Amino acid sequence: MPELLQFAFSGLTVGAVYALVALGFTLIYNASDVVNFAQGEFVMLGGMATVFLHLAGVPLPLAAALAILITVGVGLALYAFAIDPARGSSAVTIIIITIGASIFLRGVAQVIFDKRFHALPHWFGSEPIRLGGAAILPQSLVVLFGAGLIVALIFLVIDRTLLGRAILATAANRLAARLVGIPVRKIVALSFALSAAIGAVAGILVTPITLTSYDVGTLLALKGFAAAMLGGMGSAVGAVVGGLLLGLAESFGAGLISSKYKDAIAFLIILGVLFVRPQGLLGKKSVERV
Amino acid sequence: MSSSIGFSRRAALLASAFALGASLTPALAQGEIKLGAVLSVTGPASFLGDPEKRTLEMVVEDVNAKGGILGRKVRLIVYDDAGDANAARTFATRLLEEDKVTAMIGGSTTGTTMAMIPAFEDAQVPFISLAGAVQIIQPVKKWVFKTPHTDTMACEKIFEDMKKRGTTRIGMISGTDGFGKSMRDECVKVAGKYGIEILHEENYGPRDTDMTPQLTNIKNKAGVQAVINPGFGQGPAIVTRNFRQLGITVPLYQSHGVASKQFIELAGPAAEGVRLPAAALLVADKLPDNDPQKKVVMEYSTNYAKRTGQPVSTFGGHAYDGFMIWKEAVERAKTDNPAKVRDEIERTKGYIGTGGIVNMSPTDHMGLDLSAFRMLEIRNGDWTLVP
Repeated sequence: MPELLQFAFSGLTVGAVYALVALGFTLIYNASDVVNFAQGEFVMLGGMATVFLHLAGVPLPLAAALAILITVGVGLALYAFAIDPARGSSAVTIIIITIGASIFLRGVAQVIFDKRFHALPHWFGSEPIRLGGAAILPQSLVVLFGAGLIVALIFLVIDRTLLGRAILATAANRLAARLVGIPVRKIVALSFALSAAIGAVAGILVTPITLTSYDVGTLLALKGFAAAMLGGMGSAVGAVVGGLLLGLAESFGAGLISSKYKDAIAFLIILGVLFVRPQGLLGKKSVERV
Repeated sequence: MSSSIGFSRRAALLASAFALGASLTPALAQGEIKLGAVLSVTGPASFLGDPEKRTLEMVVEDVNAKGGILGRKVRLIVYDDAGDANAARTFATRLLEEDKVTAMIGGSTTGTTMAMIPAFEDAQVPFISLAGAVQIIQPVKKWVFKTPHTDTMACEKIFEDMKKRGTTRIGMISGTDGFGKSMRDECVKVAGKYGIEILHEENYGPRDTDMTPQLTNIKNKAGVQAVINPGFGQGPAIVTRNFRQLGITVPLYQSHGVASKQFIELAGPAAEGVRLPAAALLVADKLPDNDPQKKVVMEYSTNYAKRTGQPVSTFGGHAYDGFMIWKEAVERAKTDNPAKVRDEIERTKGYIGTGGIVNMSPTDHMGLDLSAFRMLEIRNGDWTLVP
């Protein structure tokens, strides 16, 4: 049926964004046990910085590249000035620090950018492609393809390079990694930089469809977190699966049941996961050896 | 018998008493007139609140440069509620208790207005709202007025246009914000009067970024000849984009909640052919010269564009009308006493503003009729008048 196909297309598009945000959460969580609630702001920065650089006259591809660099800079600054100094504190403290950082970034964005909504041009035109009675925007395909590419790249790096092994080692056991000579703090900084880059790319890819403004980060971070929890916090594949599933659930829920409670779906999922299967679909049950 | 205070000390005391008295008197007779404004300058309603703030600042500056009202300067106190009704309520209380304003022009959205109304009714200070829903003035509340056209009028104007085109069966997709819900309810109420049948309805949250599932359901409902989208902010822009994306060919009607160039910018080429009821302000230069509103709207739009560098917006126009109605009421009352000003606001007759010609009465605290709304269509990224 064409409308189910339409719901699936919409769900996959927005799900790809959630997947990228969730991937950002997972990277940082793996390297440092920190849940970085400023992740949504990275997505916002990618989109808004591109819009404003473009408005200032920079050609679009260059503006996008610069926006990614700026966001990576913000991510590193976040690590260096807010997370690293607090590295001895409990996880809860650091999470609260990231929430504070996200509020701070949102406030700065209001001042540096503005409070309006902005769009970016579609990469391949806005004429939708008709497939089986449903319509999908070329930009949706760009988002899906981009997300797939990023995921593939991450897996390649983790699997094939020494740096990737170092990240895996840090994720598995920080102390042991330090003992074998891995510069753990640099790895954690790298994870922030990578998460920021992924978030920025997600923002740039999806702004032509969803528009952007200074406060899109909040809801995105919460939904990305829900997706990461659904897939299993700490599992990269889980992040992607969780993101896509959440997007599809929202889309089918809005289309088939009721559109009023679309946002509630993400939060119901968090509750469900925590009650029924806290390790998520693909996460491992955490066992502490005493 | 003789006082124990020396002569020089008594003189000093008397002198300081005079000085105190002298310094108090100017404050009592020549004080500033305090006008409060709680607006949604940032947040999802920023394209309502931002032009409202700029307009109020602009007219207060102009009025003060000409000597103020009744020879007294106007002091404008603006607070930004960011579209949050709770914050609005807090600021309203602050305006009344700390800043001691004698009138308020504000409440950019229905949600924030409804939250603030009890504060002004209790404090007995006139409140001119800049929001759309009809419940703001119906049932009539003694201290509350409004300048924008109601959502009921928007529905009626749209249904009138539909009747002219022979449309009888429609779909509706509305935002769940205060204005969207209110306008949806009003449209349902008056649809029968125009012979319109609503075949299918959907909703979306004001912060949603994708309405294709809801629009797919409307698209697949057989017999839908047109679609109305009650709402404001970014939602209608996304609905409009999704509408074209899904290839829906039936006409799309928006509400006056999107009456700003920003909507056309955000919706892009998808906005072509969209119809909406709006104030004459948007098509100021396209009005015939003998139109009674032409002078006011041309003056305001050129002034606004020159001073702020931004294209004119009807929301700024509503703030302008609110201020001018209040100013003329203060001048007629010859005081800024809240109760007397309120009485004069209620007696406003024949005020020609950006929104229309205003005739208030004890039972009508808005004063506009259906002729104040014009039906516009978006063509080539600009507003055009539909004959």
